[in-house]
Amino acid sequence: MAEVIRLRVKRQDGPGAAPYWEEFDIKYRANLNVIAMLQDIQQNPVNAKGQKTTPVVWGCNCLEEICGECAMVINGTPRQACSALVDKLTKPITVEPLSKFTIIRDLYIDRAKLFNALKKVNAWIPIDGTYDLGQGPKQPPAKADWMYKLSQCMTCGCCAESCPNYSDKSDFIGPAAISQVRLFMNHPTGQLHRDELVDNIMGNGGIADCGKSQNCVRVCPKEIPLTTSLADMNREALKRWFSRGLRF
Amino acid sequence: MEPRYIVVGGGLAGLMATIKICEAGGSVDLFSLVAVKRSHSVCAQGGINGAVNTKGEGDSTWEHFDDSVYGGDFLANQTPVKEMCEAAPGIIFLMDRMGVPFSRTPEGLLDFRRFGGTKHHRTAFSGATTGQQLIYACDEQVRRWEVAGKVRKYEGWDVISAVLDKEGICRGIVAQNLVTMEIKVFRGDAVNLATGGPGMIYGRSTQSVICTGSIAGQVYQQGAYLGNPEMIQVHPTAIPGADKLRLMSESARGEGGRVWTYRDGKPWYFLEDMFPAYGNLVPRDIATRAIYQVCYDMKLGVDGQPVVYLDLTHIDAATLDRKLGGILEIYEKFIGDDPRKVPMKIFPAVHYSMGGLWVDFDAMTNIPGLFASGEADYQYHGANRLGANSLLSAIYGGMVSGPAMMQYAQGLKKSCADIPQSVFDAELKRQQNATEKLYNMRGNENPYLLHKELGEWMSEHCTIVRYNKNIQKLEEHIQVLMERYQKLGLPDTGRYANQSVIFARNLWNMLEYGRAIAVGALNRNESRGSHYKPEFPERDDENFLKTTKAKWTPNGPALEWEEVDVQYIKPRPRRYDVDKEASK
Ligand SMILES: Cc1cc2nc3c(=O)[nH]c(=O)nc-3n(C[C@H](O)[C@H](O)[C@H](O)COP(=O)(O)OP(=O)(O)OC[C@H]3O[C@@H](n4cnc5c(N)ncnc54)[C@H](O)[C@@H]3O)c2cc1C
Repeated sequence: MAEVIRLRVKRQDGPGAAPYWEEFDIKYRANLNVIAMLQDIQQNPVNAKGQKTTPVVWGCNCLEEICGECAMVINGTPRQACSALVDKLTKPITVEPLSKFTIIRDLYIDRAKLFNALKKVNAWIPIDGTYDLGQGPKQPPAKADWMYKLSQCMTCGCCAESCPNYSDKSDFIGPAAISQVRLFMNHPTGQLHRDELVDNIMGNGGIADCGKSQNCVRVCPKEIPLTTSLADMNREALKRWFSRGLRF
Repeated sequence: MEPRYIVVGGGLAGLMATIKICEAGGSVDLFSLVAVKRSHSVCAQGGINGAVNTKGEGDSTWEHFDDSVYGGDFLANQTPVKEMCEAAPGIIFLMDRMGVPFSRTPEGLLDFRRFGGTKHHRTAFSGATTGQQLIYACDEQVRRWEVAGKVRKYEGWDVISAVLDKEGICRGIVAQNLVTMEIKVFRGDAVNLATGGPGMIYGRSTQSVICTGSIAGQVYQQGAYLGNPEMIQVHPTAIPGADKLRLMSESARGEGGRVWTYRDGKPWYFLEDMFPAYGNLVPRDIATRAIYQVCYDMKLGVDGQPVVYLDLTHIDAATLDRKLGGILEIYEKFIGDDPRKVPMKIFPAVHYSMGGLWVDFDAMTNIPGLFASGEADYQYHGANRLGANSLLSAIYGGMVSGPAMMQYAQGLKKSCADIPQSVFDAELKRQQNATEKLYNMRGNENPYLLHKELGEWMSEHCTIVRYNKNIQKLEEHIQVLMERYQKLGLPDTGRYANQSVIFARNLWNMLEYGRAIAVGALNRNESRGSHYKPEFPERDDENFLKTTKAKWTPNGPALEWEEVDVQYIKPRPRRYDVDKEASK
């Protein structure tokens, strides 16, 4: 008999609806991941009790851990479902939606908050335009490699999910957006606007709200040194605070 | 009144078109299925081409142009390809200015690596996640315009049809909200479909799950032509997988990776053997056919399986981590082996569509006011795309289509605001009724299973090696699937965030588009680029140096043929066992 894997899914019919658990038995095969299990349910929406049900609703796109869409809580840890291989997970496998965001339905969530944070901190290079203005600034190769690491943030929300200070009740913008500020203020063009960039994280919901739990860096699927970014930005904010004080 | 611009798609093409319009003073309604930052462009790994000639190799934009046209087996119209190659160095510099962390040389300049189908170091890269880095930079600029009030984003909307007025001019779109399921009509003077490729028609491919080509398939049913739909690129090196065929970028070979299998108990580097001039860096169609031949005709796949090795183990781990880290991680994460230590097992997979919506040199389809750009159009790659040319064509496509939309809209005698409401209401009603019908389908066919079957048939009969009798069978089977579609039963009939209904609608469009691929392939009795028929093994310029234009009819696709613009480079035989002859 083919081996069967039990999958427990925390479902919810809509925002504010009461969540409930539903279990499924999925036929095992080599390299099976959580996405393929959910796809199986679409093709045969029957739960472990043999009852007909609706397919589980969730978001996914690239299936190679680069788009950030399929983040969910798997066996208690926020991560991408595509790279969650069944062979490496304890069974039964439980999946839940990220809890810090509005749940649309089942595992499908609304993460507009994360993108709004990027707006708030002006996470971009203020180029003059897309006209032919010649080459970009020279950059030390080692620094380019280091910035590349920070630049891999997919805005998936795992860091926010793990952060005790990120919640409905607080305005904290979360580790990802703060790390982006560190990225932009170190770019040769961003350096010209360092002060404004740091100012953007000094107000309400900014760096001061970080409680240094260090959870974020542990769950980041891209292994971005988030706590280093937070510590760095804390220092920058302090420097900026003093220099602003001196100028009054 | 200020013209209204609608851009559908927030991949590289759509974002660049949006930036161009905002910069020139316009405002944009930007639609996407997912947050634009999560568009399929993030998947691109290897890099973006531009002949910057920083390595003393005598590279030039002409050489890039010639490589691209030659690589595409002369099927691409040459004028747009030439202009794209000329713009390429500027595009790379622009992306650098926007903050893309490109890999650098010791002098702090941009580094370039080699890719297939060329002898030059012409590919700029950001580790092995170049697409991700390029789209993030564009996403950031678009966010800046959003904050400035010039962009209104509709993320989580499925654009489901174009609104055409009595004269057949595009005046807007109908879209459905993926959460509330509300169906709404939006007015627009110019609409740009930057909606990406149709990989999902093949079931599993290297593409993302939202790459269904559905809206292209829909406007095709509304009268837009598909250009060269049969030209589907099968990439030589992907990791077979149950849910997806994950790509192992050509950059692996660009950095020295070698492809081999055992023959008589010894490693056989068959690409190097068969194509001494280009070796492992032959273009994709060539490498794909060689792997197919080795596995199926010669039965030399590793352990008798349809896989061969892609080997990086001779390169030092630090270099690999710096230049290819992103893709090595993919192999490690999804397969569990370390490619720094053991050769990777790979096989070809459907990857890219050279064909797509037919457009003129100003990116407009044959429906006035309806534009297309990026992988959704057919313009730049002929019968085979060279690696790292499609990030380029997506960005360049946006740079052409954005301004072209503005020029078109500013020249309109009547704006979309002058069109009677009844025109919009009629299309809205049509789509609402069609969706209502889907909700009420109570048959026993599951849309996801039907899709799986379509993918299996397409993959088996219309990919690497194509036989007319099989393609014919495929076309007939697609019609059977279309009949079975009438007996769908949706596994979810809810009215909130119902993904089944969206999928079912896309499935119909995939069937229509898939049929155009099959019929295009059936009627092209030659071998050119990615399109290979053993019964017609040669390229036949006399009869087929022509663009296939597929027009939808109720009885299936009707084909027309269009001359190809070959004004700069005379077609010559395409070979990779010896060096390419000069074209100038
Ligand atoms: C694994 C992989 C690696 C690659 N590597 C390279 C490389 O190294 N170099 C290179 O040059 N090319 C590469 N390519 C190809 C390249 O990535 C794509 O061709 C290119 O990114 C396509 O960009 P696009 O803007 O046309 O479309 P996409 O990025 O696919 O964006 C399409 C957009 O349209 C939206 N959309 C689609 N349909 C609808 C609808 N109905 N309603 C609303 N919105 C819709 C989507 O939400 C999305 O925002 C690679 C491709 C793959 C699969």
